[in-house]
Amino acid sequence: MTTSVETGRDAGVPISGNALAMSGLTLLLLAAAIASLSIGRYGVGLGDLATIALGWVGIGPGRAAVPESAWRVVELVRVPRMLIGAFVGGGLALSGAALQGVFRNPLVDPHVIGVSSGAAFGGAAAILLGLGAIALWSMAFASGLAALMLVVLMSRKSGRSSVLMLVLSGVVVAALFSALVSLATYFADPNDTLPAIVFWLMGSFASATPERALYMLPVIAVFALPLLLIRFRINVLSLGDEEAEALGLKVERTRWLALCCVTGITAASVANSGIIGWVGLVIPHLARALVGPDHRVLLPASALLGASYMLLVDLMARSLIPAEIPLGVITAVVGAPVFLFLLHRTQTESWQR
Amino acid sequence: MIEARAIGFRHSADAPWLFSDLSFALDRGQTLVLLGRNGRGKTTLIKCMAGLLTPSTGAIDRLGIAGYVPQNFAPAFSYSVFDVVLMGRARHIGLFSNPTAADRGKAMHALDQLGLAGLAGRSVTTLSGGERQLVLIARALASEADVLLLDEPASALDFRNQAVVLQTLRRLAAERGIAVVMTTHEPTHALQIADRAVLLHGDGVAEEGPVSTICTESSLSRLYGMRMKRLEDQAGDHRTEHVVADYASIVDPAMPS
Repeated sequence: MTTSVETGRDAGVPISGNALAMSGLTLLLLAAAIASLSIGRYGVGLGDLATIALGWVGIGPGRAAVPESAWRVVELVRVPRMLIGAFVGGGLALSGAALQGVFRNPLVDPHVIGVSSGAAFGGAAAILLGLGAIALWSMAFASGLAALMLVVLMSRKSGRSSVLMLVLSGVVVAALFSALVSLATYFADPNDTLPAIVFWLMGSFASATPERALYMLPVIAVFALPLLLIRFRINVLSLGDEEAEALGLKVERTRWLALCCVTGITAASVANSGIIGWVGLVIPHLARALVGPDHRVLLPASALLGASYMLLVDLMARSLIPAEIPLGVITAVVGAPVFLFLLHRTQTESWQR
Repeated sequence: MIEARAIGFRHSADAPWLFSDLSFALDRGQTLVLLGRNGRGKTTLIKCMAGLLTPSTGAIDRLGIAGYVPQNFAPAFSYSVFDVVLMGRARHIGLFSNPTAADRGKAMHALDQLGLAGLAGRSVTTLSGGERQLVLIARALASEADVLLLDEPASALDFRNQAVVLQTLRRLAAERGIAVVMTTHEPTHALQIADRAVLLHGDGVAEEGPVSTICTESSLSRLYGMRMKRLEDQAGDHRTEHVVADYASIVDPAMPS
């Protein structure tokens, strides 16, 4: 009696509808991962790929059976790049879906709370000062967190923070840090640091190395896990503060937990690969059209879809033209029309305002 | 079940009192109706009882869980009826946990109780006003509420749906011993389903008592600032009471408040 309607979006859609969508998204991610390992300047056939994968776990002929260059390309370049791409894309989409729920507003994405701009400023400052990759990474992370703290302080003037004050403070903080990024580029050396800052900001996974993946992935995972665990609370939070409180939720605490997780994910991904816009906005909408508005399903679905999307975008970025196209450019060019289409299609279906 | 001891409320230290020195107690299975003109503190009082606002003076003791049903329910996302009722389980579910099969069973049972099982998969945004009220009551049941606090549950409903909602509340009070508190603009609701009533006259004046003794023609007329009349209707051996208003009796039509 209970399970047949469990998360059905419309009458007659049983839970298996969502199970089907989730399996489809998992398969999509798998296919995107294989494609991103195989396709590139140096093509690696599916057979070789299978031999390499089996070789890692100690099955089959291993290293001897494939060209050494193929082995090295896959292991040192493609796998880290694929993992970082999937984690950044999945993390940004997950963050966007969670923020849209927390702010009760389907037009919100990680940029709105100012974290992206904050992290961008930290990274730009590090490049300007000629610091190394680790410093860039930690400065971007720290100033992303600083942006969130500013938003917290500004929005809590009267002791409690309303959604409206949060969004407005986020817009102000984002504008402030964007101005600081402009200042940093203004002072940058046009021959040297200026292009470095600009290309870093436009987004790329070209810097992916196994070491970077090793500190990048755990950071995103640590912030993504709590977000996935509180997904039912995000449903309740999306009803509004008063109702959520009446239903027994610790509203402020839950909201800040979600915001801190989003900040961690966003800062980590900006620190690694610059500002990649539109993913956090468009992917949750696409996922909502697939599995409905229930955040218990929407959050994991957004993460899977975001990861696949980012892998395909990265694939386009490094194979469409001889030089690499910045990721932020592709996500915007693809994202804007898709978003427009989704707005027209779903505005009465999956969310109403 | 719920007891108010000398409570008063004003929005700030220099604002006028909405109500003051108001005391009442409500037992299991009893129904209390809050009456008063717009802006006289009905919603404020019910939010105080739900713990969403703190009275400026006095205290409210409540045993058990409050199920608050807001006046407007407009979720940003078009959740299914089942999802909405399941959210009633939130207080029984840990921060990092999700609803279990038992939680889903309780949500479904609550829907069943109100005859809404067939709507479970429907999107709440497609429901009629009456269905929405019942869904919110089901959500309160799923939260295992001992006190139902409803802010104008019947205001936006046609006569038939008003009757459905009121009779549902009456049944829940009688069969499950739930204490019911509701605000309304229709004194007839008080006469037909309530045991007790609070009249919020404004400027700090409030009175509370059994409906039959407190909802007199004179105090209702004072409450609304116009002539109100109580009528009795006998149909067979079924006797009902109504309150009707004489719309032409307001003193100064240019002064709405």
